[in-house]
Amino acid sequence: MDKKKQVIMALASVLVLYAVLEALMMVGIVGPYWQEIMRYAMVVTIGALGLSIMYGFTGQFSLGHAAFVGIGAYAAGLFNLTFRHYGILAFLGSLVVGAVVAGVVGYLIGVPILRLKSDYLGIATLGFGFIVTNGLQNSDKLIPALGGARGMTGVPQVQGFGWYYVLVLIAVILARNFIFSTHGRACTAIRENETAADVVGVSPARTKIMAFTIGCALAGLGGALYAHNIPFLHPDSFNFLESINYLIVVVLGGLGSLTGTVITAVGWAFIWEVLRLVLGPLYDFRGVIYAIILIVIIIMRPQGVFGGIEASCLVPQIKRRKTHAAAGD
Amino acid sequence: MISFIQQIVNGLQLGLVYAVIALGYTMVYGIIKLINFAHGDVFMVGAFTGYFGYTLIKLPWPLALVMAMAVCAIVGVLNERIAYRPLRYAAPIAALISAIGASFFLEYFTSLKFVFGPDYIVIHPPVPDITWIIGGVRITIVQVIILGTVVVFLALLQLLIFKTKMGAAMRTVSFNHDAARLMGVDVDKTISFTFAVGSALAGMGGVLFGFAYPELWTFLGIMTGLKAFIAAVLGGIGIIPGAVLGALIMGQVEIMTAAYISSQARDAVAFAILIIVLLIRPSGILGRNELEKI
Repeated sequence: MDKKKQVIMALASVLVLYAVLEALMMVGIVGPYWQEIMRYAMVVTIGALGLSIMYGFTGQFSLGHAAFVGIGAYAAGLFNLTFRHYGILAFLGSLVVGAVVAGVVGYLIGVPILRLKSDYLGIATLGFGFIVTNGLQNSDKLIPALGGARGMTGVPQVQGFGWYYVLVLIAVILARNFIFSTHGRACTAIRENETAADVVGVSPARTKIMAFTIGCALAGLGGALYAHNIPFLHPDSFNFLESINYLIVVVLGGLGSLTGTVITAVGWAFIWEVLRLVLGPLYDFRGVIYAIILIVIIIMRPQGVFGGIEASCLVPQIKRRKTHAAAGD
Repeated sequence: MISFIQQIVNGLQLGLVYAVIALGYTMVYGIIKLINFAHGDVFMVGAFTGYFGYTLIKLPWPLALVMAMAVCAIVGVLNERIAYRPLRYAAPIAALISAIGASFFLEYFTSLKFVFGPDYIVIHPPVPDITWIIGGVRITIVQVIILGTVVVFLALLQLLIFKTKMGAAMRTVSFNHDAARLMGVDVDKTISFTFAVGSALAGMGGVLFGFAYPELWTFLGIMTGLKAFIAAVLGGIGIIPGAVLGALIMGQVEIMTAAYISSQARDAVAFAILIIVLLIRPSGILGRNELEKI
């Protein structure tokens, strides 16, 4: 199929999906409870896209991703709380603030720790995650509005699913454009072999820091949306276990597959609710079943469910050079 | 000054418990380069098994300790068999996710009502309540038991690794699986054995932890396990004396922060020290910096 046609088809199906979901919500088949989970799925998707760029495409292991989601959430929440009279403008502003603050923190922490490799980088980010949660727990001593260990309340909520859906769409397009740009190719080169990439002129330090900053900024954007979906922010919502969840989503989806990240993120957000529906009276077993599902999937597909698979509408067409065509004639 | 020495004693108690858990992390990492996330939960299983050993079955506590170690060894070996072996030659991250799955499994399975249950359990340690005061410093019998047990088992571990055939096999496999196989070492068996030893030590740590900090619940292993793991990394992961050194440092840092800075900041300070040490010595205090061959 022609590339243009493919993209148009993809956009059309995205619109149709949105129309169907909105219609279901209007008729009332999808109630407020499920709507909240749908919005949560969008939050997880954006955060996971950030980790996908950092880890899936650049190979920089992070065990503290939720901390950046948390930084974005608190920054955005504080911004919207302060400027709430401006209504939707404050909401849009807080999205920018969440992403920028998380991105800047990511840059500042990335510069020193990205010198570490693989497991050690994971451990350093894990430590950073703990420091952030610990800091948020005591944040009320500096800024009382952040609430510290009691949690933060009062952030105006935004319940229109459209906002969340559009932002996921934007995040996917941004991530896709980044990955297939020169810089994105540099990231993939670093993931495959840092020394070789260095030899051909790709600066490992610069590329890694760039990918890390972009990933953290996306996490912050996800966090900013989180703050507007759930009226109560607590440091424990962004702890180590939450970071592990993002890692599970990205790895199960398949490292280096945006399609996998998006689908797995949405699926992951729903799995607990689905388990609750399916298990009924055996609800106590949900954790055990979840653990078994995790182990079975990773043993059956160690490269991730969508490892090596990318939706064709996301992959740019390879432009053939004229010389090749001439040689073929 | 006396209160400072008292804090050192308290820190030593915590550090010794971390040390036995950290050993399991470091041995497994040394041999298959896997962060065994389920190790903290094996430690939790040990704490509970020991507790049920000296309450339900009414064993004397040294026997309960041995029982907990045996149960943990079995859990550790089964864990490796089911969750890690199929992924041994896949990408390391796949095994890590499987380890996280195994960790969740142990936590959620043991918190079922017919296993250990979801509630906190308060322990009354099965040892007489004796405290000695030496020059103003209080030393409890629990601290003496912990010190004695840990030192004895560290010595046994040292003997096992450097004086037995199995220990030689473990050291060989940690260098290179293929070379070990060519030398006639049964790699699978050696890895299983390593898991058994590491998990038994974690079980011992669990029982001793129960004596010192007598409150248990099934998610106990997450935080304690993580700190022990951090201790192993601090000392240089894969290096056995490094794990003990890192654990003793972690214990002191935590107790000293709680005593002299703020008890809320104890985790943050411990992790901040970890990051700084990693930046200065990327492979830990006793770790050797391996150069990459191209």
